[in-house]
Amino acid sequence: MSFPLLTATAAVPAIGAIATAAVPAAKRTAAKWLALAFSLVTFALALVIAFRFVPGAKGPYQLTESHAWIRDFGVRYELGVDGIAVALIALTALLIPFVILAGWHDADPLEETAAPDSGSAAGNRRNSWRPTQGFFALILAVEAMVILSFEATDVFLFYIFFEAMLIPMYFLIGGFGDRAHVHGEEQAATQRSYAAVKFLLYNLVGGLIMLAAVIGLYAVTADQLGTGTFSLQQIVEARAAGKLELGTGTERLLFLGFFFAFAVKAPLWPLHTWLPNAMGEATAPVAVLITAVVDKVGTFAMLRFCLQLFPGASRWATPAILVLALISIVYGALLAVGQRDIKRLIAYASISHFGFIILGIFAMTTQGQSGATLYMVNHGISTAALMLVAGFLISRRGSRLIADYGGVQKVAPVLAGTFLVGGLATLSLPGLAPFVSEFLVLVGTFSRYPVIGIIATLGIVLAALYVLVLYQRTMTGPVKAEVRSMPDLRVRELVVVAPLIALLLFLGVYPKPLTDIVNPAVGHTLSVVDKKDPKPAVQVDAVPGGARHGHAAPDQDVEAAK
Amino acid sequence: MSSVASVHSLWTVAAEVPGRIPAPHIEYAQLSPTLIVLGAAVIGILVETVLPRSSRYYAQLALSVVALAAAFAAVIGLAAGGFGSSKARIAAMGAIAVDGPALFLQGTILLVSLVAVFTFAERRLDPAAHGKKVDSFAAQAAAVPGGAAEQAAVKAGFTTTEVFPIALFAIGGMLIFPSANDLLMLFVALEVFSLPLYILCALARRQRLLSQEAAVKYFLLGAFSSAFLLFGIALLYGYAGTVTYAGIAEVVSDGAKQIDPALAGTMGNDALLLIGAALVLMGLLFKVGAVPFHMWTPDVYQGAPTPVTGFMAAATKVAAFGALLRLLYVVLPGMRWDWRPVMWGVAIVTMLGGAIVAITQTDIKRLLAYSSIAHAGFILAGVIATSEDGISSVLFYLGAYSFVTLGAFAVVTLVRDAGGEATHLSKWAGLGRRSPLVAAVFAVFLLAFAGIPLTSGFAGKFAVFKAAAQSGAGWLVVIGVISSAIAAFFYIRVIVLMFFSEPKADGPTVAVPSPLTTTAIAIGVAVTLVLGLAPQYFLDLAGQAGVFIR
Repeated sequence: MSFPLLTATAAVPAIGAIATAAVPAAKRTAAKWLALAFSLVTFALALVIAFRFVPGAKGPYQLTESHAWIRDFGVRYELGVDGIAVALIALTALLIPFVILAGWHDADPLEETAAPDSGSAAGNRRNSWRPTQGFFALILAVEAMVILSFEATDVFLFYIFFEAMLIPMYFLIGGFGDRAHVHGEEQAATQRSYAAVKFLLYNLVGGLIMLAAVIGLYAVTADQLGTGTFSLQQIVEARAAGKLELGTGTERLLFLGFFFAFAVKAPLWPLHTWLPNAMGEATAPVAVLITAVVDKVGTFAMLRFCLQLFPGASRWATPAILVLALISIVYGALLAVGQRDIKRLIAYASISHFGFIILGIFAMTTQGQSGATLYMVNHGISTAALMLVAGFLISRRGSRLIADYGGVQKVAPVLAGTFLVGGLATLSLPGLAPFVSEFLVLVGTFSRYPVIGIIATLGIVLAALYVLVLYQRTMTGPVKAEVRSMPDLRVRELVVVAPLIALLLFLGVYPKPLTDIVNPAVGHTLSVVDKKDPKPAVQVDAVPGGARHGHAAPDQDVEAAK
Repeated sequence: MSSVASVHSLWTVAAEVPGRIPAPHIEYAQLSPTLIVLGAAVIGILVETVLPRSSRYYAQLALSVVALAAAFAAVIGLAAGGFGSSKARIAAMGAIAVDGPALFLQGTILLVSLVAVFTFAERRLDPAAHGKKVDSFAAQAAAVPGGAAEQAAVKAGFTTTEVFPIALFAIGGMLIFPSANDLLMLFVALEVFSLPLYILCALARRQRLLSQEAAVKYFLLGAFSSAFLLFGIALLYGYAGTVTYAGIAEVVSDGAKQIDPALAGTMGNDALLLIGAALVLMGLLFKVGAVPFHMWTPDVYQGAPTPVTGFMAAATKVAAFGALLRLLYVVLPGMRWDWRPVMWGVAIVTMLGGAIVAITQTDIKRLLAYSSIAHAGFILAGVIATSEDGISSVLFYLGAYSFVTLGAFAVVTLVRDAGGEATHLSKWAGLGRRSPLVAAVFAVFLLAFAGIPLTSGFAGKFAVFKAAAQSGAGWLVVIGVISSAIAAFFYIRVIVLMFFSEPKADGPTVAVPSPLTTTAIAIGVAVTLVLGLAPQYFLDLAGQAGVFIR
C-alpha cells in the first residue's frame, strides 16, 4: 500500500492544531512558531500532491484512498483529487502560512492597551482571554477540514467536514475581533458575536438542508442499488450505466438541497448577507480565511457534487442560477462602491467575484469552468494580498473607516504600493493573475449566453470604480494628521505580502501550469453533465442563448416562491 | 411417561383440579440483570436500617456500583450467550421478553445508571455543612422546608443515603419496562420505576419547595397517565381477551378466533382496540415527554435535584422508548396504518414544539428539558419508520443521547454561586473565559445536541432520519431538519453566552468536583466523541439487536 499522501496532508495540520493548543500558556511565541512550522509542512505536502498528480491520466481521481468507515450508512473514507482539487489544496496550503504570519500578534493578550487604565481583577481576567494557542490551533483545524473537504470523494465524508469546519470558524470570528472598533471593546464584542452567530446560523441552516438531501440521496441509492452508497464515483458511474434513475422531481429537489448549502457558503445573492458582517468583524487574517479558503469549498462543491451528481437538474437550474450570479456580480460591486468600511468593501467585492465564479461554473463551457477554477485560486491570492495589507493598515490607524485615512502613500509608500497591487489584481488588471480567469469566465459565458456575458462585464467596470476610489481616498491626497506617524511595512509583513504579489504577477503572465492541471478535470465534469462547448459559429448560437436568458427571469421567480 | 402413569394409576387416580394454577417456571438466569438490581435495592434498604449513619454512604455507593456492574455483566453474558439473537425467548411465563432490543436497552440503562450513580454520590460541590460533607439531596426529606427539624438535621449532618436504594428500585423497573411482554407487566414496571422517581424528585437540598412542587406535579400528572394506561389495558383486554403482546397482536392481525364467553360482547370490537391502543400510547408518550404530553417535563427537570434530572432525562427516556418500540412493533404492527399518521403528527409537533419553545427559555435546566422534548421528536421519527433500520437507529440514538444528556446535566451541577447551582442563563455569561475547560466540555455536549458532525448527536440523527427517509417519510425528515436548525439556534446561543460575553462581576464559580463527577463527565465526552468518529461498531451492535421476539 502506498503512502497515504492525501490523509497525511490533512493530518499534519490536524496534529498541528492539537500540538499548538497543548503548548503551555506562557510559551506564546513557541505556539506561533509551531503552528507556522506545521502549516509549512502542510504546504510542502500540498506541493508533493501537485507534483505527483498527473494531469490527464486515466480516471477522474488520483492518489485515491479508500477505507471502510461507517458501513451502516454506506459511508467510506474515500479520498481522491482531480485537478481542481489539487489547485485548491495548493491554494489553501499556500495561504495558511501567510494567514498565520499576518495574524502573528492578533491573538496576543491585550496587556499593553489594558494595563494603564485598569489594574482591577476584571481587567486582568480579560487579559488572560484571547489565548494565542487557541487562535493558531483553530486556524490549523480549519485548514485540516478544508483540505479534507477538497479531498473527499464520498458525499457523506465531504458533508461532515463541510459542516464541522463551521465550528472553529465560528470561534475564530467571534473570539478574536480586530482592535479597530470605533465604539470601544464592549460594542465590538457585541457586534463580533452577532457576526459569528449570523455566520453560523446561515451556514448551519444551509448545511442542515443539505443533510436532508444527503439522506434523500442515500434513500434513493439504497432503494435502487440495493446498498446505499455515498461514493461520488460509484453514483456517477451507476447513473451513466442507467442503473440509477432519479426521477426528475427527486433529482431537482436533491439538487436544490445541495445547491442551497453551497450557495450560502459561496455566497450567492440573496444568501450573502452574513459575509460582510463576518469579514468586517473578524481580524484581517481570519477574513482571508473565510473568503479565500472556506468559501471556496462552496464553489468547489458546486463543481464536484452539484454538477456531477445531478447533471439533469443542474441544466434545469442553470438559467436561474446564472441570473442570481449576475445579480451577485452587479449588486456586490455596487454595494462595494458605497461602503465606508474598508473590510466590508472587500467583502462586497468578494461577493461580486463569487458571482463571476458561479457564472463560470454554470456557463457549462470549458473556458467558463476552467476560468472559474482559476478564478477561485486567483481570487484567493489577490484577496489575501489586498485584505492582509488592509489589515496592516487598519492595525496601524485603529480604524476601519475609509474616511479616517488620506495621503498614506507619502508616509508609507511600500504599504501603499502593495495595497495598490492587491487592488489592481482585484479589478483584474491585465498582467495580473485574476485578469486571465475573469477573461476566461467572460469568454466562456459569452460563447453560450452573450447577453449575460455583456452584463457581467459591468462588474469589471464597477470593480475599477470601487478599487480606485478606495485607493484614492485612503492613499492619495493630503496627509491626515493621525496618519503622519504611520510606520511602513515591517519585515514580517513584507514576507507576507511579497510572495503573494510575486505569485499574482507570475500567474498573470504564465498561467499554464495551473490550466494544465485544471483542464482535464473540467473536461471530465462537463462530460458528466453532458455539455459540449458551442461551436465557434457565434452568430447561430447567439439566438438560442439570448432566448434562454429571456426565460431566466420567470424561473427565478419560481425559485423565489419556493 | 405413560407406563409410569399407568403404574401409579393402579392405586391412585390423579384428581382433576379445575383451574389449577401451574407452578410458575422462572428462568432466573435470564432475568438475572433485573433480579440483581432489585435484590441490591432490597439490601440497600437493609443497609439503611442496620449500618450506622457514618458508614452508610460508602456502603450504599459500593453496593449500587457493584450491583449495576454485576447486572451489566449479566446482560453481556446473556447477549454473548445468544439470547439477543438466536436464543431470544420469552421468559417468566410470557411476562418478560429476553431478546435483542431488551438486552441492548437494559445494557444502556445499566451503564447510564452507573454513571448517574456517580453524580448522585458527589459530595464535594456543596460547601460542607457543619463540618460534614453533603451531597445534592435534602438532609432529611421528611423535615418541613425551613423548619426547625430541617435545621437540626442539617446541623447533625444527615444525608439522605436512601437515594441509592430508591434509585436502584427505579432502575429495576426501567429494566423491566422495555422487556415487558404483557400489558400488566408493562403497568407494573411503569409504577415500579415511576414511584421512586417521584420521591427522588422531591429530595433536592437547595430550593426544596421548588423540588417538592416538581415532585407533586410529576406525581399528579404521572398518576393521570398511569390511569390512562391502565384504562387502555382494560380496553385492550376487552378487545383481545388477553394481555399478552403476542395474543393481542394475533387478534389484531387475524381477528378473534376463540371467543371468551365472558367477553363475547366486546372481543374483536375495533372501537375498543383503537381507543385502548390510543390510551396505552398516551401513557407511554407521557413518559417519553412527547408533545402534547410534555407539560410536566420543564417543571420537573428544573425542580428535581440536577443529578436526578440527568438520570431521569437519560434512563427514563431509554426505558420508555424501549417500551414504546415494543408496543408498536410487536403488538400493533397490524394496525400501523392507523397509528402511523397519528405518530407522524405527534413527532412533528414534538420536534417543532420542543425546539421553538426552547428558544425563549432563560434557565439552563428548562432549556435542556425542552431540548429533550425536541429530541424525543427526532427519536419518534425513527420509531415511525417501522423497519428493522428503524429499531436499530432508535436504539443507537438512545445510547448516544443518554450519555450526552447525563454529561450535560453533570456539568450543570458544577456551575454554582451562593444559592447553589446557578441555572439562570444570564449567570453563565463569560463562563468560557473563567473556566475554559468546563465551558469547552459543555460546548461539546451542546454541539452533540445540535447534531454537528463528528459528534454522537450527528450519527444518531443521521441514523433515525435515514431510517425515516427509507420508509417513505421524506417530509418528516425535512421537518426534522428544520427543527434541528431551530434547535441549533438556542444551543449556539448558550455557546455565545459562555464564550463571547463579558463575565459578570458577581458571576458563578465553577466548583472543582470529586473524581466521581469528573468520571461521569469524562465518560460523557468520550462516548460523544467515539460514537461520533467511529460509530460502526455500535451501529452493528444496535443492528444485531434490532429484532423483537414475539
